[in-house]
Amino acid sequence: MPINRKLEELPKIATREGYGNTLVELGKEDENIVVLDADLAAATKTNKFAEAFPDRHINCGIAEANMAGIAAGLAASGKTPFISSFAMFVSGRAYEQIRNSIGYPGLNVKIGASHAGISVGEDGATHQCNEDIALMRSIPGMMIVNPSDDIEARAAVRAAYAHKGPVYLRFGRLAVPVFNDREDYHFELGKGIVLREGKDATVFATGLCVVEALYAADMLAEAGIDVELINIHTIKPLDTELVCDSAAKTGRVFTIEEHSIIGGLGSAVCETLSERQPVKVTRIGMNDVYGESGPAVELLHKFGLDAEGIFKKIKETLEID
Amino acid sequence: MDRLELKKMALEVRKGIIASIYSAKAGHPGGSLSAADLFTYLYFEELNIDPNDPQWEGRDRFVLSKGHTAPGLYAALAHRGFFPTEDLVTLRHVGSYLQGHPDMKCVPGVDMSTGSLGQGLSAAVGMALAAKMDKKDYRVYALCGDGEIQEGQIWEAAMFAGHRKLDNLVVIVDHNKLQIDGKVEEVCSPYPMDKKFEAFQFHTITIDGHNFDEMEAAFKEARQTKGKPTAIIANTIKGKGVSFMEDAAEWHGKAPKKEEYEVAVEDLRKEGETLCR
Repeated sequence: MPINRKLEELPKIATREGYGNTLVELGKEDENIVVLDADLAAATKTNKFAEAFPDRHINCGIAEANMAGIAAGLAASGKTPFISSFAMFVSGRAYEQIRNSIGYPGLNVKIGASHAGISVGEDGATHQCNEDIALMRSIPGMMIVNPSDDIEARAAVRAAYAHKGPVYLRFGRLAVPVFNDREDYHFELGKGIVLREGKDATVFATGLCVVEALYAADMLAEAGIDVELINIHTIKPLDTELVCDSAAKTGRVFTIEEHSIIGGLGSAVCETLSERQPVKVTRIGMNDVYGESGPAVELLHKFGLDAEGIFKKIKETLEID
Repeated sequence: MDRLELKKMALEVRKGIIASIYSAKAGHPGGSLSAADLFTYLYFEELNIDPNDPQWEGRDRFVLSKGHTAPGLYAALAHRGFFPTEDLVTLRHVGSYLQGHPDMKCVPGVDMSTGSLGQGLSAAVGMALAAKMDKKDYRVYALCGDGEIQEGQIWEAAMFAGHRKLDNLVVIVDHNKLQIDGKVEEVCSPYPMDKKFEAFQFHTITIDGHNFDEMEAAFKEARQTKGKPTAIIANTIKGKGVSFMEDAAEWHGKAPKKEEYEVAVEDLRKEGETLCR
């Protein structure tokens, strides 16, 4: 698989950049696209859309619940709205509006949630949302995509646009290596991507943890452990066939996410495997705790979500097995 | 429709409310009855709609932000020809399209799914904004409860509507003065309502919500008001038209028992006799 493993040589771009840039591209193609913000256009990178299409950018002020409701009304009137804020505020503050005004009527609203997870960094726990996937998974009909780099983020925004119905798009603040820049890269909603085949265990990773897991897989290989690594960009609907097939092949599963171990990728994988392909699963993520202030890279290290932490956790766990 | 015909139609809407809630053995008669005259005027006089083409793009939109009074909306829609009046008694029954709160996916004529208080007005604002963006001349009407405006989201929506000068938006507050737990002014006073909306850059009009002449004048004034959304505070009587339900908070959200239902039907029958004289 032609992935450049010298990850330090890769350009680094935050996935939120792909969100902002792709919205501008889509805005040129479809005048029905409107973008809504709650006073965070500079941070969500939708300011680029605002500059290109000021008449189609709607700043709702600091009022996420109203933003979600306005988007519902716009969608009911034929528009394709993208609402944007930090994951904490759009999925948390506006949860019930998304559930009742967007999800229940199945309106065509896309939710662009940036600054997800602890990689928000210095702002600390109030702004580090590790619960959004859990919240959004519980809404019937909601699709959830958590892209791993800029390439995938751009593809995800386009796919979300093409899909009729609500989609939750999860983006990060931290610039992360662009590792999907290769000819055979193919994005399809609901389909996981096998990045590395292996026999000792399967690692399902999502978001910025994918590239960290890629590093970790190399470190594990050097230690004699051959893991299969699968990028699960679409958490709902989950690629259950791929999850079950790989679990059946290796007989041991790890999940890695910058999210609580409750309700996110780990839970989704466990729910599927416990019903269809029972194997032992270890969930790596935020262990039912809040984050804290600090540089993003240091926080990822502290909470064991960087390559070193993932490597250690998998190696030690397999040794205990 | 002349005034007498409107009054007769409002009576039919009230009969539909009582029949459907009695059949459902659950529902919200108080606020449905207080808004029955408003529903009637909106659907038979004010709204530019086509029952044969419920999704017509150019139609006026109506959002029942106080979604629990769906029985009133359903009765008006049925009598206006959106679906058979015989279906009203399927309200809240398993498998019926007439859900306890309005579902835009399956009820012809319902423009927005509502029920969780405070959310409908934001959707109405989004619809009014879409009309402005597309330079279309349809208008958007939202009916809120006087208890509902305790929800903060109402004021987020009002701030936005005023800021954006959405003069194609009319917010009607059904001011029946009661909510589940009692008088609105005792639970958590929303007063002064008109001054609040004015502070959010609305034009405000206060009317008797059971008087069609005042409704006609108010909606006309709203259409003529440029650069501002309009809020119409409609003073009403909760439970209006059914003697024992009038001005009684206990009838906010329960169905009449058989003997109560018979009294309600008799009240409405007598009103019909009076109107026919």
